[in-house]
Formats: sequence, C-alpha cells, structure tokens
Amino acid sequence: MSTSKARWAAVTGHALFWPVVALIALLVANTIYRPGFLSVEMKDGHLYGSLVDILRLAAPLILVGLGMTLVIATGGIDLSVGSVCAISGAIACLHISQQPDQNALGGVLVALALGVGLSLVAGAWNGALVSIIGIQPIIATLILMVAGRGLAQLITEGQIITINSEPYKSVGVGYLLTLPLAIFIAAGVALVVAAVTRRTALGMIIESVGGNAEASRLAGIRSGRITFLVYVISAVCAGIAGFMITANVSSADGNAAGLWIELDAILAVVIGGTSLAGGRFSLGGTILGALLIQTLTTTVYAMNISPQTSLLFKAVVVIAVCLIQAPAFRARFARRPPAAPAAPLAADQPKEQVPA
Amino acid sequence: MSGRQPVLTMTAISKSFPGVRALDGVDFRLFPGEVHALMGENGAGKSTLIKVLTGVYAHDAGAIELAGQQVSFTGPMQAAAAGVSTVYQEVNLCANLSVAENIFIGREPRTFGAIRWGEMRRRARDLLAKLDLHIDVTQLLGTYSLAVQQMVAIARAIDIQARVLILDEPTSSLDATEVEQLFRIMRQLRDEGIAIIFVTHFLDQVYGIADRITVLRNGRLVGEYPTAELPQLALVEKMIGKELDVLESLEEQSKRDLAAIEANTPFLQAEELGRKGSVTPFSLTIHAGEVVGLAGLLGSGRTEVARLLFGADRADHGKVAVDGKPTALRNPIAAIGHDIAFCSENRRTEGLVGELSVRENIILAMQAARGWLRPIPRRRQDELVDKYVKALSIRPADPEIPVRNLSGGNQQKVLLARWLITEPRLLILDEPTRGIDVGAKAEIQKLVVQLSDGGMAVLFISAELEEVLRLSHKIAVMRDRQLITELANDHTVDADRVMQTIASGTHHEGPQA
Repeated sequence: MSTSKARWAAVTGHALFWPVVALIALLVANTIYRPGFLSVEMKDGHLYGSLVDILRLAAPLILVGLGMTLVIATGGIDLSVGSVCAISGAIACLHISQQPDQNALGGVLVALALGVGLSLVAGAWNGALVSIIGIQPIIATLILMVAGRGLAQLITEGQIITINSEPYKSVGVGYLLTLPLAIFIAAGVALVVAAVTRRTALGMIIESVGGNAEASRLAGIRSGRITFLVYVISAVCAGIAGFMITANVSSADGNAAGLWIELDAILAVVIGGTSLAGGRFSLGGTILGALLIQTLTTTVYAMNISPQTSLLFKAVVVIAVCLIQAPAFRARFARRPPAAPAAPLAADQPKEQVPA
Repeated sequence: MSGRQPVLTMTAISKSFPGVRALDGVDFRLFPGEVHALMGENGAGKSTLIKVLTGVYAHDAGAIELAGQQVSFTGPMQAAAAGVSTVYQEVNLCANLSVAENIFIGREPRTFGAIRWGEMRRRARDLLAKLDLHIDVTQLLGTYSLAVQQMVAIARAIDIQARVLILDEPTSSLDATEVEQLFRIMRQLRDEGIAIIFVTHFLDQVYGIADRITVLRNGRLVGEYPTAELPQLALVEKMIGKELDVLESLEEQSKRDLAAIEANTPFLQAEELGRKGSVTPFSLTIHAGEVVGLAGLLGSGRTEVARLLFGADRADHGKVAVDGKPTALRNPIAAIGHDIAFCSENRRTEGLVGELSVRENIILAMQAARGWLRPIPRRRQDELVDKYVKALSIRPADPEIPVRNLSGGNQQKVLLARWLITEPRLLILDEPTRGIDVGAKAEIQKLVVQLSDGGMAVLFISAELEEVLRLSHKIAVMRDRQLITELANDHTVDADRVMQTIASGTHHEGPQA
C-alpha cells in the first residue's frame, strides 16, 4: 500500500508528469471531437494521420528548442533563432533559385552548406557579444533578432523567393521509410546534441556554469568558451529548422519564416522542466514541450476554433500547464488534507547566510 | 551616562534558525548620545541581533523596549518610522536616481500627488549641509564616490527623525580620509543626542570612535564594556574566546623541523603582492610540505590573500614565482595550471554547484582541466569518487544525490575531494572548518597533517587560533588588510602571543614592525 503510494508520488512528482498529462488530455479531447483523430493510415507507402502531421510540423520547433535548451541551461537566452531561421532559409533558397537546374542535388547541398555556414556566423556573433563583450544575453540576441530580419530581406532583396526544387522540398515534406523526412532530421539532430552533451563532459559543464557561474570559474572552467559554443549550437539548430520551414512552402519569406518561433521554443524548454535561471537541462523534456505546443496548434485548427480566439485558447492551456508545474502553486492546492507539501517547501530554501 | 535612561533595551533575545542557535539570551542596551560598537567574530550574531531589532527577523524569545515602550517591528520600514534607522554595509540606494530622489524616495513632498521638486531639492541640500556635504543634489548618486553615497544614506536615515542609527560596517569600502569624514559626522550626530550602533571589523576604528563596546560570541553575550576600560588585547580575547578543546586527541603538528622545510626550494614566493582596495602588498613564501597558517580577525584580509594567490582576483602590484620561476596568476586557470587549489570559505556561492550531484561536483575541477572534449570515463569517475567518499567519510555515501542536500561538513569534504583528486601541490583552505561539527572538523585537521606530511604545501586560514596553532609550521598574522608579521610556530608561540600581535598591530621581536 505504502510502496504503491510512494511509487505514485514518484510518478506525479516527476518534472514531466504534468506536461505528459496535458499532452494526453489534448489528444483525448481531439479524439472525442473527431473520433478518427488518432487513426493512422498507409497511402502510397506513406503514413498519413494527425499524429504524423504533429510530429512533422513539430520538427522545426524541436530543433530550435534543442539549441535553446543549452543556451537557457547556461543561464542565457537566444531571441535571435527566428531570424536565423529566416536567414538560413533565405540564403539556401536564393542559391537554389540561381541554379540552372533547381533539382540538381549538388546545388541543393551547396545551398544547405551556405545556410549552415551563415548560421555558424550568426551564432558566433551572438556568442561573441555575450561571452567576450559581456552583453546581457537578452539584449545581445535581441540585436540579431531585429537586424536578422533585415539581413534576410537583403538576401531576398525584399521579395519572396519561390523555388521549385524537389530535393530541397523533401527536407520539409519528403518521406523516408513511410515517415516524413523532417521527423528523421529532428531525431538525428536530437541524437547528435544528446551525444555531444552527454557523451562528453559538455552537458555537465554547461549545467555547472548555469548552476553557479562563480564556483565554475573558481573550479577552472573556461565558461566563456562554453557560452560561446552554446550560442553557435543554437544558431545551427535554428538554421536547419529554417530549411524545413522554407522547404514546407518552397519559398523564402524574410519576414514570415520562423516568426515568433523563439517564443514557442522558450516555452517548450520551460515546459520541459529546464529552469530559466540555468542549471540542469532536459533535452527530452524540451522535445515533449515542443510536441505539446504543436499538438495545441493542431488542436486549434482541428477544432475549428476561430482565429480570433485561437491565441487566447493557446494562452489558457499554456498558463494552465505552467501553473500546474510550479511547486508553489501545487502546494497551495494540495495543502488541504495532508498539510505536508507546504512545509517542506519552506525548508527547501535553506537560509543562505546563517547570519554573520 | 549612568544616570540616564537607555533609549533602547533588548532583553534576553533568542533566535534560532534550522540547526543553528544564532542568538541565545542576548541583552543589549543603548544610551542616547553614544556610539556603541557591536563586536564579534563572524557568526557571533551581530547581524542577527540587528535584524531582530529592525524587524527583519522575528525573535523567538526576549523583549525589545524603545524609549520605554515595548516594541516588536515587523520590518525595517516600521522600525524606521519608530526612529530606528539602518545604513547597511552595501550602500542600498539607487545609483541611477539623483541624490535628492534617493533621500526622499517613498516620502517625497507632494501637492495633490504631484512631487514638489523644488522643495525636495532644497530640503536635500539643507540636510546634506548639516553633514557638511555640499554637492549637487540633482546629479545621479552613482556619479559620487562610495563615501559620499554612504553619507547620503546616513542623511536619509537621520532625516526620518532617527533616535537610533545603526551603521552596519559602513567603513569597509572607505579609505582613511573618508573614514575620518564619516567619523566627524558620527560625532556630530552623537552630540545631537542620537544613539549610534556601530558594527565594524576594524579594531582601530572602534577605539577611534566608540564610547562603549558590546561583545558577542557564538550567539551569546560576552559583555558590555566602556571602551576606555577594555584594552585591545582583552577585546580580541573576548571576541575569539578560548573554546574548550575537544580535539586534543589530535597530535600537535609542527614539531617537524621548520628549518628543514625552509631549506627546500620554495614552492611559491609572493613578493609585494597586492591589490588596491583589497589587501596591502605582502610577501609570503610557502614551501613544499609546509602548512602556513593565516591568522587574523574577519575582514583582516585573509581571504583576499588567498584569492590573490589563486588568481581569483587579479593582483595589481608585486610578483609571484612558482618553483622559483616568475609567473602571473592571472586567473584561476593559470593557478590550477601550477597545481594550486583553493577551497573557498563560501561553499555555497563560490564552491559547490548545488544542483549537481556529489559525483559531478567532485570531478568538476579535474574535468575542467581536461576540457569537455575528454570526459573522464565513467568507471574512473566512480573509482575516484568512491575512494574519496570513503577516505573523507562523506555522508550519505550516495554520490548521485544533489550536493545541496548534504550537511555543511559533508559539503566541505566534497569541495576538498574535488581538489584532492587533482593532486595539487599547494592547497589553499579558507575557513575549511567553519560551521561544521566537531567530528568533521577533526577529520579535516587530520587530513591537513597527512597531506603536508606527504609533501603538499597548505595555506590554512581559520578564525580559530587554536586550530591554526595546532596545524601550522609558520603563522602569518593579518590585521586591517595587512600582513603584519610571520611567526615561526615553535614552543614560544601560543594563542596569547598571536592575539597580542593582532591587537597591537606590531610584532615585538620581528624586524618588520
């Protein structure tokens, strides 16, 4: 009895318990509204269905969220990811549009390389502003958030570049082994980021810098380099997401591509249990957060919620998830029968300086 | 003064925090028109007493009487309204507001809600003129020196009809002339009948201004004395006290031949190393296998010396040689490259990363030195961590729990383990035994002896003289941010002699005096 209770407490106490509950609740609500929601069918060797759509459409957000997770874990934030999406998409589409044969694989690969290269530069710029010059991350990345849109416009010369390239298009809507290619790309990048952070000591060192910057410095960590690195990783993730976003519509719009994705990404990271104050991070949590956000978006469309109220609907769900995740909020409502949860909360915060 | 009524009486004040009895039945009284120094070592309870008085903390037991009235403030605002004003160590004004705004913030002269700027500026000017300070009150506060900012804080405090003015280490960031300026104002206020509580770590300043002294130690009242009747040596003794030695089982160190150790090539030589505003240039030599004790009161510059030697702060004066070769300890990475390790006294803020596990905290410095691309194989990590968890008996012996869940003593051991696995040649320990229980204390002291026997140089900083005497071969004595002398720890040196040195500021035999 008591062990099952303890196990239940361990499950409900897990950082990702409530996001999972919210995700399931959304899926159930959709199924009730439209019984065929969960069904997945095979057509022409491709899997179709709302679930597959959610995975495919969440891919860019997952990518951006992965990079954002690392940045936030160091105690920073990257507002420029949306603009970086636009820049990398724009340069890739521009290059392809200039090819005599837009379907040639070589040209598309060069386009992708250009996009990644420009993302690297963007990340290095952010990283240098934060780690070398020492500008607060929110301001440093705000610069590129605003200026980056202009840069993307410059690349496309203020036009929307439309391309007709099958190889490039497949980045967004292509299929591999019955599933959308985008899902594989997102999964692949997730595995690479996970390997780079968890197979090396990078993850621990990022958490150390975000958890206690001064202690890390005194332990001999070159925190400047680490900070620089996470902004570069974040920009590259955003650049790849930019390919997907532009490939989805086979056109590059410097204004619209990746617009506001930074906010969704930050939200995904927070829902995933990574603190905005830095420290411990969870890549899996961020992926779950991104899926939750995309499911929410899909729900809004599927339920024909009018565009006027859809943002409000989204906001209500997000607030509910964030509140229910907050220990302080839960403690307030769990207080009634067993008075326990409220008290340990106070004890959790040890008096920082036992008075001198 | 004896015939007058105290303006403030605190009786049998007690206050506990989880695991700590910060104040235990402390009495305190304050008369109008006096400067009363509140003295005590770190952790003695000075700040707690002041915070109880101003209502930041609620006291568990005891009574506070202000001008004959029983009071119990719920916060500094209420205390200020009743005439108890506090000026904190860190000037807590807004540097980005003007001087006048700072003085009147929250209580601006108003007409129908609109601020009367002219009157505010005029009143600010008058108020500062009373303190003999003639500055442009429309300028941003941040454009003035710290001393002026401190004066502005005082002006603000006394304008609220203060009867009791609390100055909590107001001089720690001021230079000598600025201190003199502050003292002039304090005397002026005192003569106007304001009672001033003055908290400081500088002994000279106490004797320069205070009329009476109350000494606290370990949360208890030691006594209240007229300054004239308490010589410096007696004050130092009362502050430090002589704890009943529970650690006598530990054999005395330092019976080894100091001359033999000193004959070796020095591991580290600092020559006239210093940093403005932090520590006066000092020279110090540390040999392999030598334990150098750093004695002195809190705020005497012990930690600052350690930080310079570790590169945590950058020296702006003097030079350093390691193994006889000149080098610059520009940052911690450079120092670590020379096999120097530093356990900070602030375990939580400068030592451990609370949310990382015990294992991660232990391997952190070693991993940092290798770079993130070369992770320490997990098996090796477990071996190392296991070894030190056992060797230092870290409890609980689960390396995967977050380090913040450990007790202070065990956290200290984790921090020690972090540096020991890097096999340093100089280990700097800043207050390694503060706030930890006796058992852990003895273990850490034993460890220091072992390590130095094994050839490691140790710089041991502690406020507990007995501990420094027991472990050190040589004792460097600090006072007022200055290394005043070095004592070879032979049979002629005891706690009294060290205290005397601290109190007198001179070394009666040494040539340095």
